[in-house]
Amino acid sequence: MFPAPAKRDGVLPGFRLGLGYTLTYLTLLVLIPLGGMILMTGKLSWSDFWGIATAERALASYRVTFGASLAAAAVNALFGLIVAWVLVRYPFPGKRFVDALVDLPFALPTAVAGITLATLYAENGWIGQHLAKFGIKVAFTPLGIVVALIFVTLPFVVRTLQPVIEDIEAEVEEAAASLGATRWQTFTRVLLPGIFPAWLTGFTLAFSRAIGEFGSVIFIAGNMPLISEITPLLIISKLEQYDILGATALAVVMLLISFVMLLVINLLQWWAANRHSKSSEGDAPAEALAPGALAEARP
Amino acid sequence: MNTRRATAEPRWVRLLLTGVALGFLFLFLVLPLIAVFWEAFAHGAQAYWEALQDGEAHSAMLLTLTIAAVVLPFNIAFGVAAAWAIAKFEFRGKSLLTTLIDLPFAVSPVVAGLIFIILFGAQGFFGQWLVANDIKIIFALPGMVLATLFVTFPFVARELIPLMQAQGRDEEEAAVSLGASGWQMFFRVTLPNIKWGLMYGLILANARAMGEFGAVSVVSGHIRGETNTLPLHVEILYNEYNQIGAFAAATVLALLGLVTLVVKTIVEWRMRKETEMLTADLPPEKTELPPSVATERP
Amino acid sequence: MNKLTSLLLAAGLAFATSGHAQSNLLNVSYDVARDVYKDFNPLFQKHWKEKTGETVELRQSHGGSSKQARAVADGLEADVVTMNQATDVDFLAEKGLVATDYTKRFPDSASPYTSTMVFIVRKGNPKAIKDWNDIAKPGVQLIIPHPKNTGNGRYSYLAAWGYALKQPGGNDKTAQEFVGQLLKNAPLFGSGGRDATTTFMQRKIGDVLVTFESEAELIAKEFGRGEFEVVYPSLSILAEFPVAVVEKVVDKKGTRKVAQAYLEYLWSKEGQENAAANYLRPRNAEVLKKYAAQFPPIKTFTVDEVFGGWSKASAAHFKDGGSFDQIYVQK
Repeated sequence: MFPAPAKRDGVLPGFRLGLGYTLTYLTLLVLIPLGGMILMTGKLSWSDFWGIATAERALASYRVTFGASLAAAAVNALFGLIVAWVLVRYPFPGKRFVDALVDLPFALPTAVAGITLATLYAENGWIGQHLAKFGIKVAFTPLGIVVALIFVTLPFVVRTLQPVIEDIEAEVEEAAASLGATRWQTFTRVLLPGIFPAWLTGFTLAFSRAIGEFGSVIFIAGNMPLISEITPLLIISKLEQYDILGATALAVVMLLISFVMLLVINLLQWWAANRHSKSSEGDAPAEALAPGALAEARP
Repeated sequence: MNTRRATAEPRWVRLLLTGVALGFLFLFLVLPLIAVFWEAFAHGAQAYWEALQDGEAHSAMLLTLTIAAVVLPFNIAFGVAAAWAIAKFEFRGKSLLTTLIDLPFAVSPVVAGLIFIILFGAQGFFGQWLVANDIKIIFALPGMVLATLFVTFPFVARELIPLMQAQGRDEEEAAVSLGASGWQMFFRVTLPNIKWGLMYGLILANARAMGEFGAVSVVSGHIRGETNTLPLHVEILYNEYNQIGAFAAATVLALLGLVTLVVKTIVEWRMRKETEMLTADLPPEKTELPPSVATERP
Repeated sequence: MNKLTSLLLAAGLAFATSGHAQSNLLNVSYDVARDVYKDFNPLFQKHWKEKTGETVELRQSHGGSSKQARAVADGLEADVVTMNQATDVDFLAEKGLVATDYTKRFPDSASPYTSTMVFIVRKGNPKAIKDWNDIAKPGVQLIIPHPKNTGNGRYSYLAAWGYALKQPGGNDKTAQEFVGQLLKNAPLFGSGGRDATTTFMQRKIGDVLVTFESEAELIAKEFGRGEFEVVYPSLSILAEFPVAVVEKVVDKKGTRKVAQAYLEYLWSKEGQENAAANYLRPRNAEVLKKYAAQFPPIKTFTVDEVFGGWSKASAAHFKDGGSFDQIYVQK
């Protein structure tokens, strides 16, 4: 896709080993199982498949699923950047503890998260009662789905950005400053391009995880057909009727949509990374950002 | 003066950002967590403690830890290998490969379980053969490990790729040109450089491995005391109107997640000591010219 | 610690759990059945020991009923299944794991105990909800689990449908209208029976919760008795809990005899008493009489009588394009 600077590739060892292992593992654990599922839908005729994929409730569920996932990933992208920045750069009491908390949404079973969030955001809940004064309903509306997804995907952006921000060397900023850049210019022109690939990665991960999420959402969504039904719920619904083919058909549709969206985001990311490294030919900022002595960048 | 202005944000910006960050975390993270503990202790510490003394809860914890321990090395090996190939080399189809690595996240956990049923279930592609040879994959430990591997698939790789990309190839190339072997280069140069990213990736993968419900639920069989993981146990207790038991078990998972704190502190401490010792031996830090801001764009 | 080591072994050896000399049974069951079998299993173990001198190990698996049935079809080695809905056992019969005439292998259509759908209303019944038609009135909020995805919800749906059919001039068209009106009053669908209960009791949403009679007692246990009242409608559905021996597995494991005896024992006096103690209506008239105070008489119909069996009911109402979908999609 991108012409390779072949002479540099030659120097480093381990390409075949790395790629070979990656492809083998990927094939065994992901491609064969997913392929099996796609093969299974082959038992359906095309018109049956199309009928299932474009049924009114299915279409509505795609809108809910992908819309809520996008919203949640966007919220997490914005706040995740701020959180990661604050956690790496600013000292404040209890920082280590807060830092450790960030991973919790993963450790907590999603069902517990869903039940707890629904209780918090219900009209008599700790948060819901205050929102109710403004006429805002969260639990059992599509907004509730977004809230659950924000919780479940919260660690991604923070955790992908943290190591990259930690690696930024002080000299980069100092140099920018000595050349007369304001702080905001340094941030948007020097720092942001450097962390952009990681940022986009975090967003992508949050977004894709949100698409598949089921356990937490069903407790807070309300699950009303056409309004707050997510696609994974429809899949379960089909399984409940022992319609395994129908369930796999929907799963394949989701898989294809996700695949295309992720591919676009990843292409965008490589394009951004390439543009970024070309924009300052010679000594790329990638090198400037490389960690020398590791401990220093950390406060 | 200028330097000061541009290497650190003004005080009010710092305070504002810290406030926003903490406010966000409080609302979306701390408050739900408090609520979980609130439920778990609704009938007092005694009831909480008793709820955790259940033999089924213990076996569930053990199973959860077992699965996490089995999954961990696989995740390290795959993550590092994939990130190495993708971040350090240019080849065709790289975006496609990255997308395929991301894909398991977008697959609903239920479907992630289902695909292994389709393969290994009694009516599945390999079902007949497995039954004939009396090999159990699903509704037993191997199936649950597979499902967990699937849902934690991208973590380490995706954490490392942007980091390794940002770091570039120069240090490794220098090491190789100075005569280091592949593995020497890896352990002396690459690994120290990526350790934080690797650790974050592992912590995330580990948390997810312990907390995973949907996919494991499909392949577990829910046999009490045998194939129930802690998250599955939580669900069953909740469905049986044992709210205290369910939330108490959930707090255990949350506390296991907090192990992060300990691990990270220890690693940080040891690394600092190591770098202190290393910097004594190493040549002075490279002083390369930073990219000029002024020339980038007016 | 000792216990932990043995559990570690159990987890490690989950690989090789297949038949040992000592007979062990795996009972794959629905999710609220734990209390029933937790109390029943020791009774049977004692009975079996007295009768044959053998010790039998009993293992339990609980989860959503249809999910459990799918797991058995996919290779979960259940000796017996105890479900909360005939569709799930029918599915296994279709797959050849259970005898096609499983309902005839045991008395009472192979359902050792029953329950029915009742209403839970707020203390003092402020909306004066007495019967199904009161729930369909405007301004009443109904809380039920998802009618398509949960056994609980399916029973509620069919109960309301059956009620509408039995009204003067009732037919499928009026029933669909009635159920449509009823569902309009549902602000949300719970993800399961327990979730609907939490929404109603803890989050205080809705005026009436429709659930199993047996669940009302669990609600009292968890949330206290002072908060709600139980209302028995004029007519409701008889929820049956079919049990069956999984032929393929017992033949392979050689556990047919003990599996058969295990299920038969559910109909013994001890088994029936145990069901009643867990607020499930026993089939045995004598035991029922003894516990009459906790089981008020109620007129019920079975799925077979009104819908011609579960497979027909499923096809007409819950499969894609069935009446439930029609209520929401074709307006």
